Formats: sequence, C-alpha cells, structure tokens
Amino acid sequence: MSTPQTGNGQSMPTLPRARGPLSAALIADLRGETTLVDRTPPEPAPLGSGDEELALWLLYELHHHGFDDAVDGGTEHEWRPDLLALRGDLERRLEQRWRERVAAADLPELPVGAEPADLARAFFALCEADTGAESVARFLQREADEEQLAEVLRQRSIYHVKEQDAAMWTLPRLPDTTKAHLVTIAADEYGNGRPDDLHAQLWARGMRACGLDAAYAAHVDGALPAVLEQNNLMSLLGLHRRLVPAALGHLAAFEVTSAVPSRRVVRGMERLGAPEPMVAYYREHMVADAVHEQLAVRDLVGSYVAEVPGSEPEIAFGAAVCLLAEAATATAVLEHVRRDDETAAGEDVA
Amino acid sequence: MSEPTQVTLCEDGPMLVRGEVVVEDEDGQRHVSSRPVTAVCRCGASSLKPWCDGSHKARAAGGPRARRLGSV
Repeated sequence: MSTPQTGNGQSMPTLPRARGPLSAALIADLRGETTLVDRTPPEPAPLGSGDEELALWLLYELHHHGFDDAVDGGTEHEWRPDLLALRGDLERRLEQRWRERVAAADLPELPVGAEPADLARAFFALCEADTGAESVARFLQREADEEQLAEVLRQRSIYHVKEQDAAMWTLPRLPDTTKAHLVTIAADEYGNGRPDDLHAQLWARGMRACGLDAAYAAHVDGALPAVLEQNNLMSLLGLHRRLVPAALGHLAAFEVTSAVPSRRVVRGMERLGAPEPMVAYYREHMVADAVHEQLAVRDLVGSYVAEVPGSEPEIAFGAAVCLLAEAATATAVLEHVRRDDETAAGEDVA
Repeated sequence: MSEPTQVTLCEDGPMLVRGEVVVEDEDGQRHVSSRPVTAVCRCGASSLKPWCDGSHKARAAGGPRARRLGSV
C-alpha cells in the first residue's frame, strides 16, 4: 500500500505529544497500545493545560486526515461509538463554556425580523465590538521581530492548513440559496478551480518561504491551548446541524474581521522584510476578504435569515464565539511571544 | 446575447461586480480581476485601489479610532 497523503505530496500528520491523562490515554488508544473501549476515559487535566483541548482536537482530526501512526491511519477510529461518546462529552462542555462566555460578554445583539440592510448594518456593528483584547495584527505591524512573527505564523498554521474546511461541514444542511452563497465564497478559498491558488496552498508556500514546516498539523505540539480551543469551536459549530446558524455567524464574523488586520500584517511583514510568498498570502486576503465579508453578511447570513426566520440570535452567538475566541487567542499568543522574547533576552545576557 | 453584468452597491462599502471585470483608473491603467465576485473601492481610502481592502470601515466609524486607522 502506498503512503497515505493529505494531498500535494504532503505526508499524513503523526500523533502529537500528550498533554495530560486524557490526551495520553486517547493517543495510546489511537496507536493501538491500549484501548478506551469499555473503559471510562480518565478525567482531563484542568482547562488551559491543553489536555482536554488536545483530546477534542484529536477526535475532530479523525474526521479530517487522521494520523499516519494511528491504527489504519485512524480510519477505523472515526466512527467508533465510544470515541463519539467521548467527543460528545467534550463538546457539551465546550459549548456550555462558550454559551456562558458569550452571555457574560454582553455584545451587541442582532435584531430579529429586521430588514436585510438593517440586519447587515447590525452585523457589521457587532463585529466592531470591543472585546478588550490587543490585536495580533497591530503587534505584527508595529512591534514584532522576525522570531515573534515566525511564532505567530506557527500558531496560525493550526487553522490555515485547513482553511475554510470546518465551515464546509454545514453545506449539505443549508437551504439552497444559502448553499449557493457559501459555495461562491468557498470557491475563492479553494482556488476557483486552480489547486495552486487554494488558500491552504498559498499558506504552505508562504510557510516554506519563511523556512517553517508547511506540513499539515506540523505545529500542533507547540500550539497554545487557546489556539486548539479556537479550532475546536469551528469544528463544533460546523459538525452539528443544530448549530448551523451559529456556524454561519462565525464564518461571517471571521470574514468581517479579516481584511483590515490582513493589511496590518502586510505592513508588518514589509517592515521585517518577510519573504514575498508569505506577504502575498496576506495581500490576497486583503482583497479576497473585502469581497467575502460583503457576501457573507449580505448574501450568506441574509439568505439564511430569510429562509429561517428567528435564527438571528444563534447567528449572533456564532459571531460572538468568533470574536471572543480570537480575543482569547490573541491574548494568549501575544503573552506567549513576549515571554519567549524576554527569556531569549535573558539567555543572551547570561 | 450575454446576461447583463450584475453590480451591487453596498451601504458604506464597495461596489460588488459579478464576473470578470476590467477597471481603467484615472491614469489610464487597466486592472483585471478574474474573481467570481470583485469588490471595487467606492470610498477612495483603499490601499489597493481600484479594489476594496475594507478601509471604508475606518472612514465610516469616525472619531479617534478612524483617525488612528487612517494614519497607518
């Protein structure tokens, strides 16, 4: 049998390092060393350790590319009832946590039953809400050094290697008009029929040009718990029909908050003399996401609300998840790269 | 005969054009976009004219935030 690949000559990912009892037990199970079948999985280490976050990320990844060093590449694990039950438990905890966070954040609401133009205006206003977090893009634009930029790219790569994929889980569950609008946006994300222009491929070229590992899931061992959680949230919203409106709200908020930060990232990369393919990735997103944000808010969300009246609060929930998860990630990433910078400076002195 | 070109004007935002488009700017330079949908700048603030880059938000917002965004 030939070596399985994720595509474009990239080898399949391998299982990451465990971060606590739950992820350790799960990884050992996926490798075929022990089994969780008929056993109660161990309690995860506290949130923030990455144990629970990694376990759920692993379970979602079974539905993406699996793992080269799992039994049968993980294909036999994908629909195992005990692993789905574990995933369900972790998902309920994740959703509960973020329902509470969104409620506590008290972000602007979307009006129910409003005219399309008023809904669009309210959606853009919601995305302007101050989450209190510092912007990673602004940090890259003004302050970051080369190594800090590289570390931000490693953290961002957890998402960009599967850009748009989680939102596509919603496609078969959408009303026809909304389906058409999602595909319009997705066509751009997936290269408009040109595989080389696929955004995940543009990203991989940028990473290679920066001397960073471009393989799928190459940087998971170093991924901050907040980054894994942000990724898990996208999978959670995408994979549950009940959460379709939230997934659409998330996608639209993601697009609305992308073009202007991408411009800042481009400025920062130009300041640091970053390799052109990486700058090109963000330059492409300045233009692409300026289109996508309009399509996502006016067509995608607009058509869904027309088809499913009363879905506005769940759309707002998804948008809020996007904004607050990005705020949490930004805070964690900036704290991480600044701390590493201080550590490095200390070592230089020593 | 082909279908007429569909153009959508977005409130406080760009003009969306469906299908391939060529924009000739003030200097006579031609810019081609082969995206399924293209956002053409209407506010004049884009750093990538003639295409929209989301800069209209800073203009529309007003106040200190707009000035800060506008200064970068």
